[in-house]
Amino acid sequence: MARRAKYKGIDHLTPVDRVVVGLMIAVPTILVLWLVWVPAIGSVLLSFTNWDGIGPISAAKNVGLRNYHDVLTIYPPFVPALQHNLIWLAVMFLFATPVGMFLAVLLDREVRGSRVYQTAIYLPVVLSLALVGFIWQLIYSRDQGLINAVTGGSIDWYGDQRYNLWAALIASSWRHVGYIMLLYLAGLKGVDPTLREAAKVDGASERQTFFRVVFPVMFPINIIVLVVTVIESLRAFDLVWVINKGRNGLELISTLVTSNIVGEASRIGFGSALATFMLVISSIFIVLYLRIVMREQR
Amino acid sequence: MTAASEAPQTAAPRSRNPLSSRRPQGVGQQKGNRGIQIFLAVVALIWIFPVGYALLNSFRNYAYTAKHGYLSFGGFTLDNYRNAWQQADFSHTMLNSAYITIPAVLLTLFLSCCVAFVVSRFSFKFNLALLGMFTAANLLPPQALLIPVYRMFRAIQVPFWFSDSGTLLNSYWGLILVNVAFQTGFCAFVLSNYMKTLPRELYESAVVDGAGVLRQFFQLTLPLCRPPLAALATLEVTWIYNEFFWATVLLQSGDKFPVTSSINNLRGQFFTDNNLVAAGSVVIALPTLIIFFVLQKQFVAGLTLGATKG
Repeated sequence: MARRAKYKGIDHLTPVDRVVVGLMIAVPTILVLWLVWVPAIGSVLLSFTNWDGIGPISAAKNVGLRNYHDVLTIYPPFVPALQHNLIWLAVMFLFATPVGMFLAVLLDREVRGSRVYQTAIYLPVVLSLALVGFIWQLIYSRDQGLINAVTGGSIDWYGDQRYNLWAALIASSWRHVGYIMLLYLAGLKGVDPTLREAAKVDGASERQTFFRVVFPVMFPINIIVLVVTVIESLRAFDLVWVINKGRNGLELISTLVTSNIVGEASRIGFGSALATFMLVISSIFIVLYLRIVMREQR
Repeated sequence: MTAASEAPQTAAPRSRNPLSSRRPQGVGQQKGNRGIQIFLAVVALIWIFPVGYALLNSFRNYAYTAKHGYLSFGGFTLDNYRNAWQQADFSHTMLNSAYITIPAVLLTLFLSCCVAFVVSRFSFKFNLALLGMFTAANLLPPQALLIPVYRMFRAIQVPFWFSDSGTLLNSYWGLILVNVAFQTGFCAFVLSNYMKTLPRELYESAVVDGAGVLRQFFQLTLPLCRPPLAALATLEVTWIYNEFFWATVLLQSGDKFPVTSSINNLRGQFFTDNNLVAAGSVVIALPTLIIFFVLQKQFVAGLTLGATKG
């Protein structure tokens, strides 16, 4: 008993404990490596091959950058998809994010009933994006939609490729605004109140206080919101897929990858080149995110 | 510290003590507040409108709205719910959702507790890199991993008692594993932040008392982590229930689709009857809406847990 009670430092481990700790870390690590990181590397490697997905993978030949070249030159949906992704990002970043931030600033003033308003605005966040697409169908539908019922028009908002991207973006913004608002509300609560006091004493207006004092202090939140927005825009999929599987004006990189593999299309190398493209863009922002959130861990 | 435990503390004194309030309430301020209040009320109404409109029309008879138009009032019925429930086979797909969501959430929380516990309790050389690997995994676009995951799942043979398709493709377990792999990163990150705030002395005395790692984990750490676990559980149930992409591509037979992916079939079948679609949407949204209204605090805390460290 006396031996056991002897304290040998917090990290001292018996052989059994060593095995337990090893398992605790090994099982989740293997799972994540297997289902996230190995596939990520796999996509990159496959993008340099001509594997058709039918024969054995050993039959695949290295074709260098040909898949990338093909994507850029002989694959008509690629350029529109890229443009749509960029438009998506621009709308989320230049419209939905500022609106969310503005609403957070107003709600942070805690006017009467702000709880209720807050709840109403972030309610869409609990709905899946696929369902968001469905709910907006009731407003956009050509024959039974609200817009056409009110205006007497006959535009098929989801079907007409002049409008459908914008219709989807409104539905998507509806959800994104609530999410961004929530992140900023949490950020604003974390701002030291004495900073505002000091700014007030120095005679700064509310607007000046926000842009010169509060906004810079929220730097980590701003970066997180930026990363969340970019990543969500890049992997936007559900909403567009339920509308028309990403065709006819709604092409996105994510839907192109999916349509190249689902349905046994077997354009493995080709689809992988598109996937690699997504990986490269997202990894830039993931690194940025990790630098911010890991800084406080050291 | 985490937002879950911090937010109530910082918010409470502000409203209770008017003297320490950041913005003293003057007459002019009141007037400004009213303007803001009206503006916020209008925005809130606009935001709630699509859901309210879906709810309203889900109770309306199709024949009535077809005859009088959607701007009319009347024709209320419960038939849409009965029909949607039967035709979209909700009793079946809801069960599928439960088969996928419940094990996935439990596994995610358990495995991320393990990771967080080890990372926050013991110092290795690769602590931070390991946590980074988990966190980054949560942010990768799933579509970019689709081809290898799809191929691997199709190639992996499993016994038929495990999956009736004989492979991981088109099986509940394949989908559960993918969801767990993706969500563990976020939960591990949040939980490790929380566990780092637990006092070291607690563990020191536990070690002196002869508690091994397992006892420290199950009897000391897990009970103390109840607040972030509640928040994460709420959030993960919502996310995994709502998960659409993997369910769509990894399950091919309609009889295994969870409720969120089955809406795709719903529209194909009832394209012309939007009132039925509305009823279906309400049914699908109901579990998450209930969670949202009952556990709102946990839900919001969960969403902001990972983000507010500044």
